[in-house]
Amino acid sequence: MNWDRMFDIPSDLQHSWIGLVGLHLREALLPVLAGLVISLPLAQLCVRFRWLYPPVLWVTTVLYAIPSLAFFVLLIDYTGQTELTVMIPLTVYSLVVLVPAIVDAVRSVPQETLAAATAMGFGPVRRYVQVQLPIAVPAIIAGLRVATVSSISLVSIGALIGNQGALGNLINDANIYNRPELAVNAVLSMAALAMLADGLLVAVRMLLTPWMPRRARTTPKAGRPDSAAAALEDAAR
Amino acid sequence: MNLLHFISAFFSDGSHWQGYDGIPTRVGEHVQYTLEALAIAAAIALPVGLVTGHYGRGGNALALIATAGRALPTFGLLVLMTLLLGFGLVNVMTPLVVLAVPPILVTTYEGMRSVDPSPVDAARGMGMSEAGILFQVELPAALPLILSGLRSGAIQIVSTATIAAYVSLGGLGRYIVDGLYQRNYEKVVGGATLVALMALATLALFWAVSRVAVSPGVRRSN
Repeated sequence: MNWDRMFDIPSDLQHSWIGLVGLHLREALLPVLAGLVISLPLAQLCVRFRWLYPPVLWVTTVLYAIPSLAFFVLLIDYTGQTELTVMIPLTVYSLVVLVPAIVDAVRSVPQETLAAATAMGFGPVRRYVQVQLPIAVPAIIAGLRVATVSSISLVSIGALIGNQGALGNLINDANIYNRPELAVNAVLSMAALAMLADGLLVAVRMLLTPWMPRRARTTPKAGRPDSAAAALEDAAR
Repeated sequence: MNLLHFISAFFSDGSHWQGYDGIPTRVGEHVQYTLEALAIAAAIALPVGLVTGHYGRGGNALALIATAGRALPTFGLLVLMTLLLGFGLVNVMTPLVVLAVPPILVTTYEGMRSVDPSPVDAARGMGMSEAGILFQVELPAALPLILSGLRSGAIQIVSTATIAAYVSLGGLGRYIVDGLYQRNYEKVVGGATLVALMALATLALFWAVSRVAVSPGVRRSN
């Protein structure tokens, strides 16, 4: 291992280290954003029409089971060996994590709270935006954390379908040029990006939910099952 | 030429059904990797999760392990292990186990924590031993969540064992990696279909197991 050359990025990647990090963030975060934009209305539909939720949950579980590499290569026929081929499955995975999280959160808003909002003259839209959504923020952020962290890690698999993996391409180069220090660089960079994104999301949650206790450790109260964390863990890969 | 055409071309080719690169061999290898890694991961994570969940300690540490496990990129870990330690099954097994431990650990812990405390108190009041409470009261009630953790771990291993073909291991990923290098898209699509089917089969298997293993009373209350 040649530590001096850890940031000596091979020229075939056509990017500096910073460039690769930027590329990686774009490929990982845009799908999460797209997932959030799609999952908010989808979750609202599932809350409105209860019969819709079980089939949606079933479809998302099945989609989530499909390995990323399989998903990538099946898309090549339609979108080619492009960034889009990596970003579409990541959007689907984010969707799968976010929809159940949002539905459970919006549903868990107490009936009295909703009744109070209605009594204060809130219409359905205002009630959703100003009451239900803010109360659902912790759960949405929890879902976003899982989706973001796994998305950052999954982008690297894009390297296997032809140089679409951003920092993952560094791992590929480490292998073909036999330069392990590049793989160390890629693994550490990705882990650092994931931790950083995770920390940022926690900070956002603290900003958005000033009423929550600062030291918000999810210690489940006795008798009240905290299955949300387990469900999220179940969804992570 | 669409996707279905490629899939049918791959599966109808007789040469794909025999020999060391045949579908039965590759499926067998993939199943073997998955079972081995899952067994090791479960042997590590289940006892720890059950005991920490029973006593309700160490939840924060487990959450930290889970986040760290998610943040580490699978693919990078696989390649790094192989580059540093050389080619071998153990070097590929380690990342697979490392990946599957966090979901099993955390869901087992959460499952044990979410058991209704009143039957546990009743059992203790009736004079059951701690081990008896753990295995006869808490475990059956927590089984749905524990199984979902095992399922999650199993599916992760199935997906990641695919990537292991990149570091010269067998399994279904062979078709995808080789096919991409050989510009044989038929092979790539066939391999991807097999992997997806195998992940779905894992899902179905765990669903069937939970139908059989989870007691009807627990199932109804969920």
